[in-house]
Amino acid sequence: MTALAFLKIAVYFLLVLVVTKPLGLYMRRVFSGERTFLDPVLLPVERALYRLGGVDPKKEQDWRAYASSMLVFSVLGILGVTAIERLQHLLPLNPDRLPAVPPALAWNTAVSFVTNTNWQAYAGEATMSHLTQMAALAVQNFLSAATGIAIAVAVIRGIARTESRTIGSFWVDLTRATLWVLLPLSLLAAVVLTSQGVVQSFSPSAKVTTLDGATQTVPLGPVASQEAIKELGTNGGGFFNANSSHPYENPTPATDLLEMLLIFAIPAGLTYTLGSMTGKTRHGWAVFWAMGLLFLVGAGAAAWAETHGNPIHHAAGVDPSAGNMEGKEVRFGAGDTALFATVTTAASCGAVNGMHDSFTPLGGLVPLVNIQLGEVVFGGVGAGLYGAFVFIVLSVFIAGLMVGRTPEYLGKKIEGGEVKLAMLSVLVLTFCILVGTAAAVTTKAGLSSLSNAGPHGLSQALYAFTSAAGNNGSALAGLNANTDFYNVLLACAMFFGRFLMIVPILAMAGALAAKKKLADSAGTFPVDGPIFTLLLAGVIVVVGALTYFPVLSLGPVVEQLLMAAGRTF
Amino acid sequence: MTKHAESRLLDPSLLGRAAADSFRKLHPRHMARNPVMLVVEAGAVLATLPLVGLGTRGSLSFQLQVVLWLWATVLFANFAEAVAEGRGKAQADALRKTKTDAVARRLVGAGRREEQVPASSLGKGDLVVVETGQLIPGDGTVVEGIASVDESAITGESAPVIREAGGDRSAVTGGTRVLSDRIVVEITSEPGSTFLDRMIRLVEGAERQKTPNEIALDILLAGLTIVFLFATVTLRPFALYSGGDVSPTVLVALLVCLIPTTIGGLLSAIGIAGMDRVLRHNVLAMSGRAVEAAGDVNVLLLDKTGTITLGNRQAAQLLPAPGVSERELAELAQIASLADETPEGRSIVVLAKEEHGLRGRELRDLHARFVPFTARTRMSGLDFEGGRQVRKGAADAVDGFVRGLGGHFPEEVRRDVARVAGEGGTPLVVADGGKVAGTITLKDVVKGGMRERFDRLRAMGIRTVMITGDNPLTAASIAREAGVDDFLAEATPEDKLGLIRKEQAAGNLVAMTGDGTNDAPALAQADVGMAMNTGTQAAKEAGNMVDLDSNPTKLIEVVEIGKQLLMTRGALTTFSISNDVAKYFAILPALFVATYPQLRALNVMKLATPESAILSAVMFNALVIVALIPLALRGVSYRPLGAGRILRRNLLIYGLGGLVAPFAGIKAIDLLLVALKLA
Repeated sequence: MTALAFLKIAVYFLLVLVVTKPLGLYMRRVFSGERTFLDPVLLPVERALYRLGGVDPKKEQDWRAYASSMLVFSVLGILGVTAIERLQHLLPLNPDRLPAVPPALAWNTAVSFVTNTNWQAYAGEATMSHLTQMAALAVQNFLSAATGIAIAVAVIRGIARTESRTIGSFWVDLTRATLWVLLPLSLLAAVVLTSQGVVQSFSPSAKVTTLDGATQTVPLGPVASQEAIKELGTNGGGFFNANSSHPYENPTPATDLLEMLLIFAIPAGLTYTLGSMTGKTRHGWAVFWAMGLLFLVGAGAAAWAETHGNPIHHAAGVDPSAGNMEGKEVRFGAGDTALFATVTTAASCGAVNGMHDSFTPLGGLVPLVNIQLGEVVFGGVGAGLYGAFVFIVLSVFIAGLMVGRTPEYLGKKIEGGEVKLAMLSVLVLTFCILVGTAAAVTTKAGLSSLSNAGPHGLSQALYAFTSAAGNNGSALAGLNANTDFYNVLLACAMFFGRFLMIVPILAMAGALAAKKKLADSAGTFPVDGPIFTLLLAGVIVVVGALTYFPVLSLGPVVEQLLMAAGRTF
Repeated sequence: MTKHAESRLLDPSLLGRAAADSFRKLHPRHMARNPVMLVVEAGAVLATLPLVGLGTRGSLSFQLQVVLWLWATVLFANFAEAVAEGRGKAQADALRKTKTDAVARRLVGAGRREEQVPASSLGKGDLVVVETGQLIPGDGTVVEGIASVDESAITGESAPVIREAGGDRSAVTGGTRVLSDRIVVEITSEPGSTFLDRMIRLVEGAERQKTPNEIALDILLAGLTIVFLFATVTLRPFALYSGGDVSPTVLVALLVCLIPTTIGGLLSAIGIAGMDRVLRHNVLAMSGRAVEAAGDVNVLLLDKTGTITLGNRQAAQLLPAPGVSERELAELAQIASLADETPEGRSIVVLAKEEHGLRGRELRDLHARFVPFTARTRMSGLDFEGGRQVRKGAADAVDGFVRGLGGHFPEEVRRDVARVAGEGGTPLVVADGGKVAGTITLKDVVKGGMRERFDRLRAMGIRTVMITGDNPLTAASIAREAGVDDFLAEATPEDKLGLIRKEQAAGNLVAMTGDGTNDAPALAQADVGMAMNTGTQAAKEAGNMVDLDSNPTKLIEVVEIGKQLLMTRGALTTFSISNDVAKYFAILPALFVATYPQLRALNVMKLATPESAILSAVMFNALVIVALIPLALRGVSYRPLGAGRILRRNLLIYGLGGLVAPFAGIKAIDLLLVALKLA
């Protein structure tokens, strides 16, 4: 059972490895303005969009303008989504006459989708009208993902360029990421998913009579098309409340594998884009392998924990051979679900094909740690790479001195300014997670939402703030998050966790772009090869994860130990 | 400053002073320079408060011990800095003694009337007279006369040096003593900012400013401190939620263990010690920034003469003309050089003696008169009483000479001359009256061991470029022989400056040495410019280092010291951060084992009690600072390897070592505490 799970991890990782280079190369071509095979179709569309938006595609921006454009675009996105949510009772396409979304939830949901988090504090079918789903949320699935890719590309340009004031145009990157990368890939994926049995229909819900004679309503809809961007854009907000565990979203182990592949495809590909655009493909691979290493360790641990199951269940007579099957789909099994959970949290996606709340503590620790690492184990589309960039800068700074030169990264000196910005983005995440969780477990409003007492309750609150600040969106679903307290605080965590990270990172990119490039020599700090891979992985763990060791030891760690001793919560 | 490169790392006499200083440095104003240690001090104060009447929780002995070790952590860090400063202070005291309030003899007015003024009142442009036995009252340039000067007060070198008006040996330093003769010096520095003043301030560390890399590292450490502050401060609510509690003392202990105190406590000591190491090589770095830049250098511009080759060319080979035997040529060459006291001339005599057994003869015995070299004739030699003329000199000069006597210049010799020049040698042609006897080959002699040094530099990723006024052929030949990577031939000072700019534009950091006034622009442009102390005032001011021994090859050592300084900083940062893993495993189970006994499983070190675990971690954290003081002062061991290998080696020692060492250390302290019944 465990061996089979490990084998599946290996097969999956091999597939990721296979798509990384072609996709990375393609993205380099798209964002360097080189020719691609889609140009004949897309160039006219692109030109029309620029004319419509009054954008001069030749005009590049410095980091400040780039960041301002991104912020204005995102804030407008939040306002737009909120407006549609609040006014949905007045707008068309609301057949069930759903009322306006309450203010706190509306704000939470708007922030959630614009920040690519897709934290859902509501049940979709009972809260959002069709118009809200389609015009507000689905659109943001594309745009928030495209924003992430744009930022990552701007960061790569900052590293690659020499003595340059600009790092590209946000509007061009956003448009190209949507038209050239997200739309065609999700179209392709949707077709494949449909062929495997994922529903794609505009028919109303079907009413069927079951064998028992009861009537059942089977909701249908354009699922496959949403499914594709849900994974590809590492959004995670499912068509159905049950997300990827629903058979219409994810019918077979094959679609399961494909969906996981979609989650990692762009983040993994971007590591190659990094190498390719900076002219150091070996560096791109070193970053890939650092992420890969952390992923494999996490996936291995989660698979081991879930396939070994819960000794308390076994003592109660549950067949131990299937592993911990609570909250899991039989067609996937414990191993696949553990892998899916690792992938979806490593990549800031948040789609789930099982109940993370029902994982063994160790199995649930892996997703939690994945998010706490800063969503850099491949990470969200774009977000993973620019988050990793922070750790690369820190690694280079900490260990770079050890070769006897002041730290430099691909020829760019890393100085006080860059370190300050890198630490700032680390601090933002730490602050949001720790202070948020502390607020949750010390206030009545926070405590009242926890469905469990003891360490598991702490895990729930911690997971919520971690997921929000890390822009992941998955949850230990036992937490009742639809309260004003959580809606407001978590939305703040999502907002800060996204934009207070991006702005310093763009500032770093701008600073690096302006710098001179130093010549390579035998004395230059090597940022390729296994040593750098291990170093980067080590820094991600020590700087990124150790901070949370105290609170983790009071949550999942002690829970695992208690479970081993025969107690659950 | 005397040469005490061999002085012991920790001089007992300095330790007492350092110990006292470490208490003086507890003042918050001083601590504010070091954010990490400031947090430790604040924590120590916080932990002390309950002891002085604000109510204690738990065992008093335990709290007392934790508080003591928290204060010890701060004191140890201060001690490290004080020890590093101590050596500089001792040197500064020695220097100050030479700075007596000498009386200067100033020349005033058009009539150059002499008046006695205190040396401290001299300003820029004043003229002073200095005679045998007197101290030179300030930095300046010799404008009249020549004198031998004892500069041992500054350089530690006891042999006197010659200082004369005009040329590149005109600079004199205040505080040095004229041993003979009389000179007039034009003062070039304002009072209080003489070389000696600057030197005192430098070695004392009074002007020590944080280098850019130190500032960046400080930011990183401060950032990490805030991260861990969040982690510990929020731990209280989490503990309360879990049904337990943690006392402020214990939280402070955890915080102090987690924040990077090892590097935070040793950072300034590392910087001071690096400057000090440079100083012990008798190089005066004007700022820590310059030493840091030296570590970054990847192109080294070295002057050929005096750096790569011995100062002078030496006779290497004799090429006789047709019909002349080699011995005959040797004899004529020797005769032509007997009275020639130039190093080249002497080397010809030596060659004749060593290769042909010809002993030196006296001019008197030969009844000949010496004809010295002049710029007009470009020949030197002997005129014998019988009218015989023997000459040696440049080929075209000798050509003219023999033609004038009715002789002719053989084609074979002409070819030899061309070949020697082509191979990088200097051909001298010898003529006996109208007859050409052959060619003497003079060659630059590359200093021993240079090739190995350049190989070492190459391994470190540093390219060496030889600068020479020679023609490209000569330059290429010497470059090949010395093993440098590149050369700049027929170099003018402007070419040098141009080359530096070109290398910098290509992303390289350039170091060079120089001594002449015309080197000044290049010295200023270079990232590291090391001026020779024998050089002119302009050169010394343009560069960011002065080599008191005036030995240009020392640039290589300075580069190594710079690298070592940066490596030490990186190694201790890595060590400090990786230490945290073990400390978590020591303290966390101890904090919460009362709430969740199952957390005992995390107590992988099997520490005796929660108290002993926390105390051991705090003690280890404090003691490791003391244990690493010698390393911080000495620097990590340095080998000229490629960056990849150095990184692997240091990551293994300080990264992996930093992970493992505290497990062993904390366990050992725990055993000791239990044995001593302290916890």
